[in-house]
Amino acid sequence: MSLNDTRQLFSDKAAPLRDVGQIYRRLRIDGLLLGGILLICALGLVVLYSAVGENMRLWTSQVIRLGVALVAMLIAAQMSPDFLRRWTPWGFLGGTVLLVLVLTTGELSQGARRWLDLGIRFQPSEIMKLAVPMMAAWYLHDRQMPPRAGQLLLLAVMILIPTLLIARQPDLGTSLLIAASGFIVIVLAGLPVRVMLGLAVLSVPGAMVLWNFMQDYQKQRVLTLLDPDSDPLGAGYNIIQSKIAIGSGGLFGKGWTNGSQAQLEYLPERDTDFIFAVMGEELGLLGVLALLCLYVFVIGRGLYIAMQAPDTYSRLLAGSISLTFFVYVFVNTAMVTGLIPVVGVPLPLVSFGGTSMVTLLAGFGILMSIHSHRKLLPH
Amino acid sequence: MDLLSPIKDHHSERKLFIARVVMASVISILLLGTVIARLVQLQVYEYEVFAAQSQGNRVRIEPMPPIRGLVFDRKGHVLAENLPAYQLELIPEQVSDIDDTLQRLANLDLIAAEDIPTYNELIDSGPRFKPVTLNFRLSDEQIANFAIQRPRFPGVDFQPRLVRHYPQGEAVAHAVGYVGALSKRDLGRLDRSDYAGTSHTGKTGVENSFEDDLHGDVGVRHVISNALGRQIPTDSREMADSLPTDESPAPGHNVYLSLDLDLQLLATRALEGRRGAIVALDPWSGEILALVSAPTFDPNLFALGMSTSQFSALQNDPTQPLFNRAIRGAYPPGSTIKPMLALAALETGATNLTRKTVCRGYFMLPNTTHRYRDWKPQGHGEVDLHIALQQSCDVYFYEISIDIGIDRMHYYLDQFGLGHPSGVDISGEHPGLVPSKDWKRSAFRERTDQRWYNGETVIASIGQGYMLTTPLQLAVAAGALATRGIRYEPHLVAAVEDPLTGKRTLVSPTRLDDVRIDTEEHWDAVIGGMHDVMQSVRGTAWAVGGNAPYQMAGKSGTAQVYSIAQDDEYDEDEIDERLRDHALFLSFAPLDNPRIAVAVVIENGSSGSRVAAPIARAIMDEYLGYSDDEP
Repeated sequence: MSLNDTRQLFSDKAAPLRDVGQIYRRLRIDGLLLGGILLICALGLVVLYSAVGENMRLWTSQVIRLGVALVAMLIAAQMSPDFLRRWTPWGFLGGTVLLVLVLTTGELSQGARRWLDLGIRFQPSEIMKLAVPMMAAWYLHDRQMPPRAGQLLLLAVMILIPTLLIARQPDLGTSLLIAASGFIVIVLAGLPVRVMLGLAVLSVPGAMVLWNFMQDYQKQRVLTLLDPDSDPLGAGYNIIQSKIAIGSGGLFGKGWTNGSQAQLEYLPERDTDFIFAVMGEELGLLGVLALLCLYVFVIGRGLYIAMQAPDTYSRLLAGSISLTFFVYVFVNTAMVTGLIPVVGVPLPLVSFGGTSMVTLLAGFGILMSIHSHRKLLPH
Repeated sequence: MDLLSPIKDHHSERKLFIARVVMASVISILLLGTVIARLVQLQVYEYEVFAAQSQGNRVRIEPMPPIRGLVFDRKGHVLAENLPAYQLELIPEQVSDIDDTLQRLANLDLIAAEDIPTYNELIDSGPRFKPVTLNFRLSDEQIANFAIQRPRFPGVDFQPRLVRHYPQGEAVAHAVGYVGALSKRDLGRLDRSDYAGTSHTGKTGVENSFEDDLHGDVGVRHVISNALGRQIPTDSREMADSLPTDESPAPGHNVYLSLDLDLQLLATRALEGRRGAIVALDPWSGEILALVSAPTFDPNLFALGMSTSQFSALQNDPTQPLFNRAIRGAYPPGSTIKPMLALAALETGATNLTRKTVCRGYFMLPNTTHRYRDWKPQGHGEVDLHIALQQSCDVYFYEISIDIGIDRMHYYLDQFGLGHPSGVDISGEHPGLVPSKDWKRSAFRERTDQRWYNGETVIASIGQGYMLTTPLQLAVAAGALATRGIRYEPHLVAAVEDPLTGKRTLVSPTRLDDVRIDTEEHWDAVIGGMHDVMQSVRGTAWAVGGNAPYQMAGKSGTAQVYSIAQDDEYDEDEIDERLRDHALFLSFAPLDNPRIAVAVVIENGSSGSRVAAPIARAIMDEYLGYSDDEP
């Protein structure tokens, strides 16, 4: 709904709400989107309190992170899509340079170089989560849809460069997600269906090539998915325990902070990648479905904003941000329920940890910006 | 911008975009549907199964560590076993006042008062139901003490566990080695799931090199525990049926060493108070009968865990008790290589059995003034090869050394196993060094240093200069002399036994290339010379071997540690103990059918024949059944 609609809805009748609408309009906030996000975060914090073993210190730090992320969202919402578009190539270029810097001078921890310390410590791959779809949308902005073969090739190169740089860190999970965010832009721009079908067919030999590039531990994860009982103390442990946690939660769950799997630490990484299993155990199928509904609402709102967007750049970017968010949700939940191999992807807005939270909410800030700056085009 | 692409059709583009969003939404809903279907499958249809594993009574997968294999000597004496030890544990949720409890435990000397803050941290960091280990090793006295006081300590108890124990302690420390707590580095090298329940791993010796055999395979136990994580018995058949099947651990294999404990103890006693090593082996199989390095240490300290100060005291001890001199100590072999050089000289024609030379107590290379001195300042007079071996005349060997040449020396010594690792089945061996012209070219950077000088050949002929050997290599060489050139790889492990089936797998001796000596008389001459070293009146070790009830052969060596000036006399009493000569001896017996070859090295022992030879004799006596305490 447009701000004019909002004004019409609220101007005469509910006086107190009118003030809220004005605050939102000033701050360029989308009330429905923000509401959905806050509900997810609230539910997430409730689950997280249980998942960190009622440790107030850890829980508070997550609340603070959420606050920081909300500020990032607010800032992003103030930047007009035109402004974002003008700066997109520079952002992409800068991000790529930082990725190269990470590979050459990044901090080495646990066999991977992901962090860069330029006054503040951060992962440049986080920038790319937004910069890649922005770059793809920027490139397509002036061009006739659907894109032609040569353009598609150039786009593929644009997406592959950061993808490969991140895969080199190595951080296969993030690099695949970033490639997905760029690919979604191309699909939304009208990638011919026969090309998509062709890619689907090619993915079989592609997967075989990928298998050869995978590290041993990554191969192990795939094999473990196929037969988790083959190594119950090693790689299969996470999936077995996660399935027990979710399954034993049943319809209504064992009750908040009463999940024995989670509380007795049978469940590994219960506050990060496997927090969905904690929720499934303690709040049951109903609780999990409630969370999924909230996700669907937020994604639906995002797609609505995308469809309402006035120009190519805005709509492709908004569509990609919303659908990439879905990819996160799907990959995490499918991994925790044992549908796909274990890849280190947190449950968005719920898992413990702040780096991705800021990027996610900044992305939603862009959605809000796109929606609130849209009134320039009259209906 | 629109001017640049006038054909851009906003309306159709928007339609295309919406169509794509719809398509993406449909795919997303399908994917989400899969996840929801999976959730329904897990939480509704298979709820009973998972609830049985979790709700109220849940499954805990516990690794069951295998029992480590035992180590025996050749006669079945236990060298390494597993004994129960007790550790003190505290379960936080069962203790009302933790500070008070810890304080009272400290008062009873069951824990160190200084460690209380550490325990507090440990207790706070874990779940309340999980036991915290306060003391890994309770002494008998502490157990007795605590047993009486136990009612006063609810939530504190002692738990048994198995600890590696070496009943022979120091005597076999360097051969058997020891186990120590698993370190991060060990875990990088070992299979993590196989070691999930294991706390210790072999660090040195046979314990290390036969780790795969000794360790066994981990088992898996599915433990049902109640809501507090405490184990409850599995009486309910229904529940037991829903459990995955357990897998018992497979115990580690027992390892039988070729070591003879009696010999080993004798050798250990003989080296008491000295620094050195003894290796005895069966020349016809390469089986090591004794391997001792002195000073030694108590391997039980590593198995039980020791304090930092104990460890650093061991590590910083100037006598290096942790250093396995038998396989890692590299010593100049001195005159012990003379029998092998004599063979080389005979084979290459550098000398013959009748050639005689007059020894005046020194030797000079042509056109030089440097005097290479004999150990006997007044000289040996007229000597042939036989006398040269019997009396260890240096001048004779100086003379023939140039004719043999360093490369041919290297060729023969190498065949006897010197200058390269023997291949023994414990790790850490020093390769030793037998110099050659090639070696010198590659070992030095400066051109002038790379040249080989005749003088270096001369001193190499009495086992000095660059030459280095380990006691094990000397024993192997003695064995090859005993068998007249037939060689076996030395090894400590004779058999490995599966304790479940009782099936014993013998380690078959590995035969190495023979020493190539073409003329049998040359063996006769050299072995005859070595026999006379010990059992002829003028032999250097007559005092040691003269009265033996059996025939034997040997050769002493006295290796310089410290070079004395050209005209100075070596006076043992005036020289610092650490600068005295090393004493070496190699020998085998009985002469006509050798059963044992022995090498003895005593650091700074001054004299091979006076200090090292009696030890070799005692070991051969014991092994051949001539020792005094034998009935």
